[in-house]
Amino acid sequence: MNVLEGALVLSSVMLALAVVLAFLRLLRGPSLPDRVVAFDLMTSVAVGIIVLYAIATKETVFLDVAVVLALISFLGTIAFARYLEQRGRS
Amino acid sequence: MRSLILAATARFLLPILFMFSIFLLVRGHHLPGGGFVGGLVAAAAFVLYGIAHGVEEARALLRVNTISLLGVGLLLALASGLLPLAGGEAFMTGLWFQHPVPVLGKLGTPVIFDTGVYLVVLGATLTVLFNLVED
Repeated sequence: MNVLEGALVLSSVMLALAVVLAFLRLLRGPSLPDRVVAFDLMTSVAVGIIVLYAIATKETVFLDVAVVLALISFLGTIAFARYLEQRGRS
Repeated sequence: MRSLILAATARFLLPILFMFSIFLLVRGHHLPGGGFVGGLVAAAAFVLYGIAHGVEEARALLRVNTISLLGVGLLLALASGLLPLAGGEAFMTGLWFQHPVPVLGKLGTPVIFDTGVYLVVLGATLTVLFNLVED
């Protein structure tokens, strides 16, 4: 096992752990903003997983998926934040 | 409620998202991508701008009505299908130019069809989302 393969295995384990931890926060999160932040973290980790998969399979096409997901998840979090702001005022 | 950070971010994310959507549209004939995904990304760019600066500003930026965008897209897709009929081929036969254009790659009727899909998706998504944000 060379250095790249070792790094791939190590980082996929860490990213999987990150998803599980973020999901626990999503489940338990006392308030709605906590859940939104956890969801945002999960999509960020998903971007990392896609990039990792692109490196592992040497398919550069998956990198575009990662770019789209990163840009769109940002939009989703903003929409959530706007909703929370409006709900807090009324 | 207008956030300065969000407004500034939207202003420089808009061209990036738009460029990426055009890239997806142009590349999508032989590789993943295409009119549908490109249209969605472009719609996301406009919605982001609309959330940051207000829907009226985003509508002004788009200039044309979202519904007419939808109609033009459908007409383009239909035209790409009808074009081969003039040459005696079956409806929706893919006709390609022999020589690829430098930046855009190979051009042909599927490119016109994809552009139509792009406009339809952009128009439909923006019609729905602008009305939702306005409420």
